[in-house]
Amino acid sequence: MFKIVEKREMAGNTVCHLKIDAPLIAKKAQPGQFVVLRANETGERIPLTMAGNDPAKGTIDIIFQVVGKSTALLRTFNKGDAILDVIGPLGKPTHVEKLGTVICVGGGTGIAVLYPITRAFKEIGNHVISIVGARTKDLLIMEAEMKGVSDEFFVTTDDGSYGRHGFVTDALKDLLDARKDVKLVIGIGPIPMMKFVCKTTEVYGIKTMVSLNTIMVDATGMCGACRATVGGKTQFCCVDGPEFDGHQVNFDELMKRQAAYLKEERQSYERFQKEQR
Amino acid sequence: MAEKEKKEKIPRQPMPEQDPKVRSRNFEEVPYGYTPELAQKEANRCLQCKKPKCTEGCPVGVKIPEFVNLIAGGDFIGAAKKLKEDNSLPAVCGRVCPQESQCESLCILGKKDEPVAVGRLERFAADYERKQGTVDLPQIPPSTGKKVAVVGSGPAGLTLAGDLVKQGHQVTIFEALHKPGGVLVYGIPEFRLPKAIVDAEVDYLQRLGVEIKYNYVIGKILTVDELFAMGYHAVFLGVGAGLPVFMNIPGENLCGIYSANEYLTRSNLMKAYLFPQYDTPIAVGKHVAVIGGGNVAMDSARTALRLGAETVHIVYRRSKTELPARAEEAHHAEQEGVQFKFLTNPLRYIGNNDGWVTGMECMEMELGEPDESGRRRPVPKKDSNFILDVDLVVVSIGTGANPIITGTVPNLELNKWGYIVADPETGKTSREGVYAGGDIVTGSATVILAMGAGRNSSKAMHEYLMNKSNTVA
Repeated sequence: MFKIVEKREMAGNTVCHLKIDAPLIAKKAQPGQFVVLRANETGERIPLTMAGNDPAKGTIDIIFQVVGKSTALLRTFNKGDAILDVIGPLGKPTHVEKLGTVICVGGGTGIAVLYPITRAFKEIGNHVISIVGARTKDLLIMEAEMKGVSDEFFVTTDDGSYGRHGFVTDALKDLLDARKDVKLVIGIGPIPMMKFVCKTTEVYGIKTMVSLNTIMVDATGMCGACRATVGGKTQFCCVDGPEFDGHQVNFDELMKRQAAYLKEERQSYERFQKEQR
Repeated sequence: MAEKEKKEKIPRQPMPEQDPKVRSRNFEEVPYGYTPELAQKEANRCLQCKKPKCTEGCPVGVKIPEFVNLIAGGDFIGAAKKLKEDNSLPAVCGRVCPQESQCESLCILGKKDEPVAVGRLERFAADYERKQGTVDLPQIPPSTGKKVAVVGSGPAGLTLAGDLVKQGHQVTIFEALHKPGGVLVYGIPEFRLPKAIVDAEVDYLQRLGVEIKYNYVIGKILTVDELFAMGYHAVFLGVGAGLPVFMNIPGENLCGIYSANEYLTRSNLMKAYLFPQYDTPIAVGKHVAVIGGGNVAMDSARTALRLGAETVHIVYRRSKTELPARAEEAHHAEQEGVQFKFLTNPLRYIGNNDGWVTGMECMEMELGEPDESGRRRPVPKKDSNFILDVDLVVVSIGTGANPIITGTVPNLELNKWGYIVADPETGKTSREGVYAGGDIVTGSATVILAMGAGRNSSKAMHEYLMNKSNTVA
């Protein structure tokens, strides 16, 4: 059992931050790695990339948006409650190195995943430029944290309610036009966002890493639920990833695979909402 | 001699089982097991050979004539205890061991008649004891003060843990998943091995003093070196084979195409067959193809039927003679309505706009000269391509070595396929104090072979642990 030591609602209660007591995972976790959670006995195993870890306090942070039954169930957990299973740290850590100028692009709850990675690139001595985006101002998360680990910082909102009106890719394109010293772009967010970040950078020939949070079951390489086509080859996101060269990823296939259980997910969520009433 | 002739006249007793039409739509166990009367009748067929061949065929050396004799005499609990002297998981083995190619294949009765149904009797004795409620614990010797870490709670790890704890060692199993049993829980379906039986066998080991830690992916949360640093004197790696193999043919990442590992894990471990009571979903196919001819393929095909498929085809590139599955499994599948497409090989998958599989292009094969495995090599038949309409495919063509653990143990020798190099007699690896057994050494094999490996390693590890100079740390 893994006790929740802190719970925080974010982005107008659409996003939830849980600090979980998991000392061994906290000690080993590195930026880019994820955990699998199973909330209770009937729960499914869901992968969530860690937004942080505190080896001294023995805690890990997960930040998630309620998108279906499992995340809705997790959100009903309060401080003091315990999650039945937490498995990790899983996946390969981000390859962090000093390159020069690095642009970190985050969207939605992807910003939470991007934060420890951005910090690591900053700490190793890169000039870090961050672009974070949301649909609207109220949905933007971790602005202060991201700003704190960036040398330059930009915000975009789809509706123009805050920062620049437009998509993260608009800001990215301008930056890439303006400066020629960008060595790496890291894009983490919804699959369509990552796809378009990659499309944008491809023109400039700049290496772009993305983090794929696919459907998983065991998440240790045993089942292949998480497979994605990268560079024409099948890769398992759980053990070969979660980070890949975005220019090699078949995003269209990935989107279809992510939608494989939409019907069941809807059925499960509606059932849960009825039970909650 | 007169005695022997009389015994041979009792026919081998069949096990009562669920009607195929009924059972192909439920997840309850297929056979009901022997009644005490049937068990005694079957046990009485045993000739009680002075030099029993059957025992030689058992990877863990169960004293078969002795336990069978106890059943014949009506001492069912005594029979169960006799079994447990050599086999920590008799209720499991009675169900999933390939007895027809092991103990039963060597039975003298089998020369003229059918062999004694050793597996059915083993299952009967273990079930009888469990149903009685109280399973007595053997006397455990005083603690040796030695700590053993077992990685993986599958058949190899459970067997080894039971053996070592009974010798007074302190045993901790580190399991990556949230439930114990390894392939017994994620792989083998409920209708072939009810999970309550695995739980009972694991519970017995825990009562003996084995500690099990769940959600520990060794190689990630802790390394083998860290286990030694924590005070473990020896480590056993029984992590199973792991990575599913795909055919790498076009369209294989369409939705509705599963590895057998994923399909069975969803259904068995995550209980997707009870969706939405359980949260994990599983795609329900109307027209299902299972690629491969092993026991796992049979389990997948039979699961698909139970989930509601209208047609299920086993697509296998060789002929019925080469089918690697146990005859009983293939027979059960056939009885339930699974259809076999022998000498057929998939070439590519066809999908719709949503990315779901709708068809599978196949090619007919014919058998050529024997290959290195001794089986006749399937060769493509010209102009034989055809399309099979399918909306769900389970790829069940084997597994490869999972590198999570093997890649994090420095100086651990691996073979060219990534499996651990270990002495077949002892499980000893290239790293001192590290032993390995089961599928991570041999590649995909059977439950009982993994148990045999666990048994062998437990003997070697016991010797290693008791040799003080090895474990002064």
